[in-house]
Amino acid sequence: MVSCWLAAPALAQEPKTGGVINAVIQPEPPGLMLAQVQNGPTQMVSGNIFEGLLRYSPKLDPLPELAESWSVSEDAKTYTFKLKKGVTWHDGKPFTAADVLFSIEMLKQTHARARTNLAQVDKVETPDQHTVVFTLKQPFGPFLGIFEVGSMPMVPKHLYDGTDWKTNPYNNAPIGTGPFMFKEWQKGSFIRLVKNPNYHEKGKPYLDEIYWQIIPDAAARSVAYETGKVDVLPGGSVENFDVPRLSKLKDTCVTGAGWEFFSPLAWLWLNNRQGPLADKRVRQAIMYAIDRDFAKDVIWNGLGKVATGPSASTIKFYTDDVKKYPYDPAKAKALLKEAGYKGEKIRMQPLAYGETWQRWGEAVKQNLQDAGMTIETIATDVAGGNQKIAEWDYDIAFTYLYQYGDPALGVGRNYISSNIAKGQVFNNVEGYSNPEIDKLFAEGAVATPDSKRKEIYEKAQKILVEDVPVAWMLELQFPTIMRCKVKNLITTGIGVNDGFKDAWLDK
Amino acid sequence: MLSFVAQRVLKGVIVLLAIVVLNFFLIRLAPGDPAVVMAGEAGASDQVFVKQLREKFGLDKPLPEQLFIYVKGVLTLDLGFSFRQQAPVAKLIGERLPATLLLTLTAFAISLTLGILFGTFAARFAGTILDTGITVFALIFYAMPIFWVALMGILLFSVTFDWLPSFGYETVGANLKGLAHAVDVAKHLIMPAMTLGLFFMATYTRMTRASMLEVKRLDFVKTARAKGLSDAVIQRRHVLRNALLPVVTLAGVHSGTLIGGAVITETVFAWPGIGRLMYDALLQRDYNLLLGVFVICSAMVLIFNLVTDLVYRLVDPRIEFAS
Repeated sequence: MVSCWLAAPALAQEPKTGGVINAVIQPEPPGLMLAQVQNGPTQMVSGNIFEGLLRYSPKLDPLPELAESWSVSEDAKTYTFKLKKGVTWHDGKPFTAADVLFSIEMLKQTHARARTNLAQVDKVETPDQHTVVFTLKQPFGPFLGIFEVGSMPMVPKHLYDGTDWKTNPYNNAPIGTGPFMFKEWQKGSFIRLVKNPNYHEKGKPYLDEIYWQIIPDAAARSVAYETGKVDVLPGGSVENFDVPRLSKLKDTCVTGAGWEFFSPLAWLWLNNRQGPLADKRVRQAIMYAIDRDFAKDVIWNGLGKVATGPSASTIKFYTDDVKKYPYDPAKAKALLKEAGYKGEKIRMQPLAYGETWQRWGEAVKQNLQDAGMTIETIATDVAGGNQKIAEWDYDIAFTYLYQYGDPALGVGRNYISSNIAKGQVFNNVEGYSNPEIDKLFAEGAVATPDSKRKEIYEKAQKILVEDVPVAWMLELQFPTIMRCKVKNLITTGIGVNDGFKDAWLDK
Repeated sequence: MLSFVAQRVLKGVIVLLAIVVLNFFLIRLAPGDPAVVMAGEAGASDQVFVKQLREKFGLDKPLPEQLFIYVKGVLTLDLGFSFRQQAPVAKLIGERLPATLLLTLTAFAISLTLGILFGTFAARFAGTILDTGITVFALIFYAMPIFWVALMGILLFSVTFDWLPSFGYETVGANLKGLAHAVDVAKHLIMPAMTLGLFFMATYTRMTRASMLEVKRLDFVKTARAKGLSDAVIQRRHVLRNALLPVVTLAGVHSGTLIGGAVITETVFAWPGIGRLMYDALLQRDYNLLLGVFVICSAMVLIFNLVTDLVYRLVDPRIEFAS
C-alpha cells in the first residue's frame, strides 16, 4: 500500500503561489464559530479562519502563532506572552491583548475543554496592548500545551463583546485572524474560504482558495477522489478499508502525520462498578482475550499501533515498561475461571462511527466469546451511546479519545476519582477509584521539572496497566490522502486542523 | 369546491398540530440530548457546562412548558432556533427545500410518466414478450435497494464512463450563469432523480397495467368499440382515464415515502436537500430543527394529498366534492 508515504514535509522546494484546493469535510460542521462549536469538522475548517497563540511541532514543542515569544518565571507560575504586532482581524481591526483577555472569558463559558484547562489560572493581565501575563494558582506542567487554535481560539472582542454570543450573526460568517477568510457556505454543498491578503506572515498563504466539499456518504467520498473532483481526503474521511485502494491510485500521496497532538487512543470502557467486570482478573482476561494485532492488521488495514496502556506513544512521558497483555485466549480463560465467571451476560456497545467500527465490534465480540464470555451487542447511534455511557448504563463500550499531548490534559481525566460524575461523558465513566492514582496525577500536573513529571507518570502508567480500569486497544492512525501536487499540507503536530497556511500546489 | 378546500386545509392544520405534539415527545424518547452531544464533541464535560447548555437551549424547563413554547411558535409560523447550527430553523430549511423539491418532483414526474407509459404498453400487449420485458424491468428497480442502485449508477456513469457527476447540486467553483447553470444542475440531477424515480416507477407500471386490464373488460369499452371508435382513442380516452384513479391514489400515498427515499438518495449523491438535514439533526438531537423538518414534510404530504383529491375530479368528473 506504500505508494508514496511522505517521510517528511517537502521543505526543500520553493513554494508556488496560487491555485485552489478541494478537500472533503465530513460530516458537515454544525457551525464554524470555533469558540462555540468544537466538533471535529469545525476544527478542520475553522483552523484556517481562526488562530491560537501557539501551534505545536510534531514533537509537540510550542511554535509561535499569534504570540511571537513567551517566557516562564522561575517559580513556573507566571507565563508572559508577547503578541505579534501588526496582526489584524479579517475586518481590518487590530488584534490586541484585549482580544486575548476577552477570548479567555468567553471560552470559559462556551468551550468545555478550555474551561478545564484554564481552571489553573489565577489571573490574566494585559500590561500593554501586546503583552499578556497569566498567573497560575500553582505550577502546571502542560500549561504551554493549551494554546493551539482548537483548544483556545482567539475571538474578536469588538464583534462579540456585549452581544448574545449564541445568536451573534458572525457565528455564521466568522471573522478571525487566520490565513483564510470565510467567503461562502452553501449548506449541504460546500464551504468556501479565500486567501487573506493581509495575513500577518508575509507571503502566506500560498493558495487562493479552499473548497470544503460536503459529501455525506463514505463510498461517494472515495469516488469523488478517484474521479478527481477532490484533492485532499483528510484523515478519517473515507472508510479504512478504502485506504489501501485509494493509496495505490496514480499521483496519490499518503501521510499519517499530523495527529501527534491529538494522539487518538481507542479503548473499551469497562464498567468497574458491577457484575463480573468489577473483578480485576476479568478485566485482565479481556485484555488477553482480544487479538489486537488482528484488529490492527485486518480491520484497520495495518494502520495504527497496538496500545500498551493509558498513554499513546506519541505523547509526553510515555513508557512501554509496563505489564504486557499479548493475545492469549488460554490465559484469559484461566483468569475468568479463577475469578469465578460463570457465563453471565455482558453487554457490549460498539461505536456508531461507520463500517470499520462495526466490524471491530464484531471481531471483539468473537474474541470474547472464544474466551468463554457471553456477549450481547447493543446497537445505538452516537448520541444515544454517549448517553448510556454517561448514565453508567453499560458493561463494555468502545470509544476513542484525544490525548492533547500531555497526560495532565488528556489522560488523567479518565482515571482520577474526582472525575466520577454521573451524566457526563468522557470523564471517569468506568468508575475506577484508586487513591494512589489520584495522588500521582495530582502531583504530575504541578511537578517541576519534567524529569520529575516523567517519574510520576511512568509510575501511574504501571499501576493502571496492572489494574486495567479500561481495555486499551489501539493508537489510531487516520491517514490523510492527497494528490502529490499538494505540498506542505501537514507541517505541525496538529495536522489538517491547523489550517492550510503552509500548503501550496506544485502545478 | 372552495369550501371543500377550506375544510381540507383546516383538517390539515389539525393533523399537523397532532404530528407536532406526537413528534415532540417521540424525539425526546431517544436517549441523549443536544447538550450531551455538544459536550461530547468538546472532548470534555463538566456538570456546570452541560447545565449551562441545557439552560441555553431551554431544555431545563418542564416538558409541557417546552411543548407550549414550541406549539405557540409554530402557530405564529416561527419554527424556532437551531442552537446546534446557530441559525433560525426556517432559514436552514429554506436553504435546503428548493433542492429537495427539485429532486422529489423530478423523480415523481419520471416515475409517473414512465410508469403510466410502460403500464399502458404492458396492458396493450398483455401476455406478449413486451409485457414480460416491461414487468421484469420494472421489478428489477423495485427490488433493488435505492442506495445500491445509486452506487452502481455512480460506478457506471461517473467512474467508468465519466458522463455524469457523482455528487452535488452544481459544479462547485464554476460560477455558471443562466442556461449553462441550468444544464449543469440538470446533469447533476439526472442520477439522483432517476435512482429515486425508477424505484417508484415499478409500482405505477404494475398498477396501470392491472387497472387497465380490468377496465378493458367493462361494458362501456365494448360500447365504445361498437360505436366504431379507433383502438387508440378507446385506450387513451376511455380505458386509461378510468384506469388512472388507483394510480392517482397511489401517487398521493407515495408522497411521504418519496421524501423518505430522498433521505437516502440525497446522502449518496450529496444532494443538498432537507433529507440530509433531517438525518444530521436526528443524530445530533437538534430538536427544533428536526421538528421543523417534520412540520414541513408533513405539510408537503398534506398539500400533496389535497392536490391528489383535486386531480381525482379532473380525471373523473363524476366525483363530487363532499362538503
